Amino acid sequence: MSNSKFTRRGLLKTSTLAGAGLALPTIFTGASAHAFTNDPTGGSVTLGFNVPQTGPYADEGADELRAYELAVEHLNGGGDGGMMNTFSSKALDGTGILGKKVEYVTGDTQTKSDAARASAKSMIEKDGAIMITGGSSSGVAVAVQGLCQEAGVIFMAGLTHSNDTTGKDKKANGFRHFFNGYMSGAALAPVLESLYGKDRNAYHLTADYTWGWTQEESIKASTEALGWNTVNAVRTPLAATDFSSYIAPVLNSGADVLVLNHYGGNMVNSLTNAVQFGLRDKQVNGKNFEIVVPLYSRLMAKGAGENVKGIHGSTNWHWSLQDEASKAFVKSFGTKYGFPPSQAAHTVYCQTLLYADAVTRAGSFAPCAVAEALEGFEFDGLGNGATLYRAEDHQCFKDVLVVRGKENPTSEFDLLEVVEVTPAAQVTYPADHPMFAGGSLGSCNNGA
Amino acid sequence: MLGLNKKDTTLLIIVAFMALCAPFILNPFPEGSSMAQMFNAGYPDLMQRFVIFGILVIGFNILFGLTGYLSFGHAAFLGIGSYSAVWMFKLIGMNVIPAILLSMVVSGVFALLIGYVSLRRSGIYFSILTLAFAQMCYNLAYSVLGNPASSYNLTNGETGLQLSLNDPRILDGAASSEGSLPVTNFFGVAMRDSVQLEIGSWLFTFNAGYYLCALIMLISFYVSIRIFRSPFGLMLRAVKSNQQRMNYTGLNTKPYTLAAFVISGIYAGLAGGLLSSMDPLAGAERMHWTASGEIVIMAILGGVGTLIGPIVGAGFNEYFKNILSKINDSVLHQWLSFLPDGLEDAIVGVLHFFVGKGWHLSLGVLFMVVIIFLPGGLVEGGQRVSRLFRRNKTSDDADNASHSTPAE
Repeated sequence: MSNSKFTRRGLLKTSTLAGAGLALPTIFTGASAHAFTNDPTGGSVTLGFNVPQTGPYADEGADELRAYELAVEHLNGGGDGGMMNTFSSKALDGTGILGKKVEYVTGDTQTKSDAARASAKSMIEKDGAIMITGGSSSGVAVAVQGLCQEAGVIFMAGLTHSNDTTGKDKKANGFRHFFNGYMSGAALAPVLESLYGKDRNAYHLTADYTWGWTQEESIKASTEALGWNTVNAVRTPLAATDFSSYIAPVLNSGADVLVLNHYGGNMVNSLTNAVQFGLRDKQVNGKNFEIVVPLYSRLMAKGAGENVKGIHGSTNWHWSLQDEASKAFVKSFGTKYGFPPSQAAHTVYCQTLLYADAVTRAGSFAPCAVAEALEGFEFDGLGNGATLYRAEDHQCFKDVLVVRGKENPTSEFDLLEVVEVTPAAQVTYPADHPMFAGGSLGSCNNGA
Repeated sequence: MLGLNKKDTTLLIIVAFMALCAPFILNPFPEGSSMAQMFNAGYPDLMQRFVIFGILVIGFNILFGLTGYLSFGHAAFLGIGSYSAVWMFKLIGMNVIPAILLSMVVSGVFALLIGYVSLRRSGIYFSILTLAFAQMCYNLAYSVLGNPASSYNLTNGETGLQLSLNDPRILDGAASSEGSLPVTNFFGVAMRDSVQLEIGSWLFTFNAGYYLCALIMLISFYVSIRIFRSPFGLMLRAVKSNQQRMNYTGLNTKPYTLAAFVISGIYAGLAGGLLSSMDPLAGAERMHWTASGEIVIMAILGGVGTLIGPIVGAGFNEYFKNILSKINDSVLHQWLSFLPDGLEDAIVGVLHFFVGKGWHLSLGVLFMVVIIFLPGGLVEGGQRVSRLFRRNKTSDDADNASHSTPAE
């Protein structure tokens, strides 16, 4: 064992370390000159696209990524401009954002809150992303939104349908273009009433996380208002792939409607299981057994194949819409990738344009300035008709589509038909609605 | 020094030096270059993960490396620690010390209960029991205790437990009135605070949270060395080599294995508490059996039963997980743009399966390579290299092997 170690070398080492330690605070003052987190200084600006590339929502994630790439191309002046030409705000001119070329980084959320936060953190801390967008799961969206609020960057939510995203867990730095569970319920209820009548017994199978819970609550509330009875509501794990053990009890429950609060791969599997069990050919209480999928998308319809025929649900947007904006978007997406975009692709494309436009109108990348430009912003020409970004909860209010699985599809993409376009006024709710209560936006955060 | 022999002191100093200089070591490429974009790992979140998972695997190694009991449910303690810490932030205040202490205590209690039952069996039966307990914890956290509609919502299910503006925070409740969430701190030093140093085109980030984690990792590492070298550690090794014989000599091994299990559980809880302290969100996925499997993989990757192995394994795993999953096709095209177009597309087409969403595949291949060619883990690789350079000093070899014996 060595005792006395006061050598010249040791002394030198120690004093160097001490010197470095003392010097640190002075470096800190230099670094804090930036007014907000990741202030872009060079000729380019980095956006972070955080989407699920693995897990039950991987299909949606892949389509989102395609739309992000398309949006970046359009922002930088490439391609045919897509919906930039139809967008009611003309601030964007195809030279990037505020003259800075748009670059992007991608990450895999794995449809897990933990992994999504780690991925978003690395984008903010390592890649200098000024805005994070994406997420195909409300659990992930809520978790990442919280992170962005703390870190002081803007979060533009992708595909997230839970009431909580702009309800209980809303944040000043987070914005959602997509619709939510309450809107689905409000849009679906009148259609369900006219189709299936007022005397029905519903059985819910619900994905066990924030989206499933709030959608179940919303659908229950709006169907029970019609006079429907809810027999049972069963929670299924998000990672489940086989639902036969959940479907079997439905047969003997006395229910005559099955509501699948499932999305993506979950819905494809549960619907397939339900059809295999012969639910759709059954007669219960003298009525045909029906299945409802409140949140529907073309990718899911494609996954479930034949089984979706005649099944009703709601969706944010569909490629067969005939307004100028939708046609322009379908055209440029189709030209680049060879097939029409999904609703997930549409919403993230809109979010990217809306962010870029807000930055341009604000004249600054500072999150608080961008948030101010987005709050109360009214726009049109992004495929959903006239839309409002409400200032109170950062939720977009626009028309909701009720769709049905097509009986005679003409192509592999022509799987859904629009039954009804529910006007925005019918799905609008007060910001303090009880289903959305319990949270507050807080104040916007510019970060360091 | 500190009651360690010369060899261990050197090891401790090396680890301390690496931890201190990690921001430099992990950022070898200048800021803004395309290599930096992918391979630099010197940003706070990843550095924190390196040391936190290091702590986790150091603890796991005390159980698996010394006694040979393969716990397949260690992620449960990580999760329990995380939840405890977040609850402490919600109820008491944003200082990390009470949170870390509570996470150690709670996970210790759980380890005592789970260990008491599981250690009645050994070998594969023990592994299955711990796996079952961990999955039970996971399901409780994911579903049963995580339903916001019920009155006992402890974990908030899939979304994960988060802070909110109207938490009580008895000690520093005033912070919530400003409209933004308070941040975790160590007596006023925010965990997220970073100091940046620019040298030429290099940018180095020194993060307060990282240095706290690194300090705690060094303490954990020191404690682990002391356990390895103590009579208690010797007893644990004896359990590994022949527990039956020990029982026949009239020695009750149960208290020793249970103590090792609890210590190991506390280490995992400490890691969980630190994870929450760095980023106050606790998700149920942390307790999933795949997370437990990852801990085993990290331990084996680094070298089971060695002192430094766990840290190496944890770092290796986290690094590749983070780096590979972020490489996408456009990055590959950028790197290979010097090749002719057809060849470039072909190579990108093949590599596509190994990066981005295919990162599991690459990590699996790396794991297989290490297991096949270096059964003793990466530490064995290090030993082979050092032996190559010191072939003439053979006397050192025997000495070297004694302080880091690979798993048998």
